[in-house]
Amino acid sequence: MFKLNKKDLRTLIIVILLALFAPFLLNPFPTDSALAQFNAGYPDLMQRFVIFGIFAVGFNILFGLTGYLSFGHAAFLGAGSYAAIWMMKLLTMNIIPAIIISVIVAGIFSLFVGWISLRRSGIYFSILTLAFSMMSYQLAYSVLTPITGGETGLQPKVNDPRLLDGALAEGAIPKANLFGLDMSQSYDMSLGAWSFTFNSGYYIAAAFLILSFYLSIRIFRSPFGMMLRAVKSNQQRMTYTGLDPKPYTLAAFVISGMYAGLAGGLLVAMDTQAGAERMFWTASGEVVLMTILGGVGTLIGPVLGSGAIKYMENIISKINSDILHTWFAFLPDGLENVIVAIIYPFIGKGWHLTLGLLFMIVVIALPGGLVEGAQRLSRLFKKGKNKSNENE
Amino acid sequence: MELLEIKDLGKRFGGLQALSEINLSVMKNTVHAIIGPNGAGKSTLLNCIVGKLMPSSGSVMFDGYSLLGRSAHEINQLGISRVFQTPEVFGDLNVLENMLIPCLAKRDGAFRLHALKSIDDEKQLREKAEDVLEDMGLIDKRHMKAASMSRGDKRRLEIAMCLAQDPKLLLLDEPTAGMARADTNNTIDLLKRIKQERDITIAIIEHDMHVVFSLADHITVLAQGTPLVSDTPDNIKGHPKVKEAYLGETQQV
Ligand SMILES: Nc1ncnc2c1ncn2[C@@H]1O[C@H](COP(=O)(O)OP(=O)(O)O)[C@@H](O)[C@H]1O
Ligand SMILES: [Mg+2]
Repeated sequence: MFKLNKKDLRTLIIVILLALFAPFLLNPFPTDSALAQFNAGYPDLMQRFVIFGIFAVGFNILFGLTGYLSFGHAAFLGAGSYAAIWMMKLLTMNIIPAIIISVIVAGIFSLFVGWISLRRSGIYFSILTLAFSMMSYQLAYSVLTPITGGETGLQPKVNDPRLLDGALAEGAIPKANLFGLDMSQSYDMSLGAWSFTFNSGYYIAAAFLILSFYLSIRIFRSPFGMMLRAVKSNQQRMTYTGLDPKPYTLAAFVISGMYAGLAGGLLVAMDTQAGAERMFWTASGEVVLMTILGGVGTLIGPVLGSGAIKYMENIISKINSDILHTWFAFLPDGLENVIVAIIYPFIGKGWHLTLGLLFMIVVIALPGGLVEGAQRLSRLFKKGKNKSNENE
Repeated sequence: MELLEIKDLGKRFGGLQALSEINLSVMKNTVHAIIGPNGAGKSTLLNCIVGKLMPSSGSVMFDGYSLLGRSAHEINQLGISRVFQTPEVFGDLNVLENMLIPCLAKRDGAFRLHALKSIDDEKQLREKAEDVLEDMGLIDKRHMKAASMSRGDKRRLEIAMCLAQDPKLLLLDEPTAGMARADTNNTIDLLKRIKQERDITIAIIEHDMHVVFSLADHITVLAQGTPLVSDTPDNIKGHPKVKEAYLGETQQV
């Protein structure tokens, strides 16, 4: 079905189910329980999960298949965001033109950056992309202030021209919509002690994730995808087999840049603002971490990796020392204080420490990322089952 | 008829004249061997043909086209496939995928953005790839990762990948270097069979006299970057100059 083999179809269905039922899956704890802290099923965060999922899925087409490690992809995401905002200022608050233009602008920008950076490979390629992303940030932050809003960033204003939309009443806030459907519209459902939120923006972003993911499976299984793996494996052999690795790598670079642009456009569709900080090089590093954490070159890895990182960023960073004290209140006071003091550096603003630790553990113990972890678990599980069968 | 014609070819590396006044013709449907002591310039000559190195002077004509200034992938597309001294395959890919890549290159050229086709739909290419694998005795290993194969099998796969392109000229750079006697003999048999069964021209650089004399129709002896003699194997064997320059000092024929 959908021109996919059985295994790939199963992977796609898993992603679809995860996306559809995320509001339930991410809110497993009753609203009033102590563990509600760990619920992640609110619209903002769920939108981030899928949008950064798209970013990482695209990045994996470049990094996972060709092995070219770009440290500049946040620049394309940022360019997509700015383009989307401008569409909302000039044309309409409908998100469709904004998203289309964000993909196109990011595509053109990545064609330019890729064209130059791909003159080198390995570490020099990475450094070139890093240099581009730093320059882009600086341009957005200061030099191009008339286009990017500089330090303050960009937002649609009431009196922007917006050719296709009617004029707004003075003091109204322009709202992103899909043919009238407001992105921030939510429906809350209560089931006993639990509550779940279904948000229109989330589901639209999720639809884009599913589409992007499907497209990436198709690319992985195409002759083009095989050529990208050949680029990673042996460029010398490729050249003497009559193939030119350059345009293949550049095409992968541009495709991943367009994915980044889509993510940038969607960020604006969900929250109508853009600032230079989303182009900062740490944002480029984050997508590298997501891909490696989830499993480089695997289909579903980047989705899992971006989920894990965004979860930690948002959930662990919200834990503070008061919350720790309530968790460990059952311990004798002295011990409680010691334990809280040990954990404290790893929470709140220190969530990067936790991320770093997790990252180190994954890279050293599970080079295939979370996907490899899941595979090992399922093998262990199967072995256990076979054994118990034998015993019967 | 000449398939490959090299005229007055020279190559300098800074102060070193690695090749000079090379005149050499490879006839269609023959096996042409190039031999010579270490450092004679054999690999340099091959690299000048396949587009890895740009000759300093002279001309290289192949099948009516000048090869000078063309990139390596263009030269392959004209019909020259090469085998490396140490086998170069796509280690991360399985054997069948290794075969599909040259098939795709032959059909689609140096670049094509076929991102939405499925590789599983390429039935014809698959058949072609499996035919060649069958012929080379690698069909049982088609799902094996190329990196995990033995050196002998990698060499075999590399030759299979070249043959999948139906090249006009197959170039081999010391294909038996570092091989055990048994593997060497297998390779000789394989190349003999390829020569008999296919409409193909082979140019082979070789150190091993046993290989050269069992395969070649024509031999060029290279010494210090220039051809010493170019003749049939029988005439080469008895040639005093060759004995002196090369054969006598290291190997008995
Ligand atoms: N890229 C290069 N730069 C400088 N000198 C080279 C280069 N390649 C080969 N040479 C020199 O050219 C001569 C011929 O080398 P080569 O063609 O490898 O010989 P063979 O393959 O016959 O053993 C040697 O003296 C070698 O050192
Ligand atoms: Mg050599």
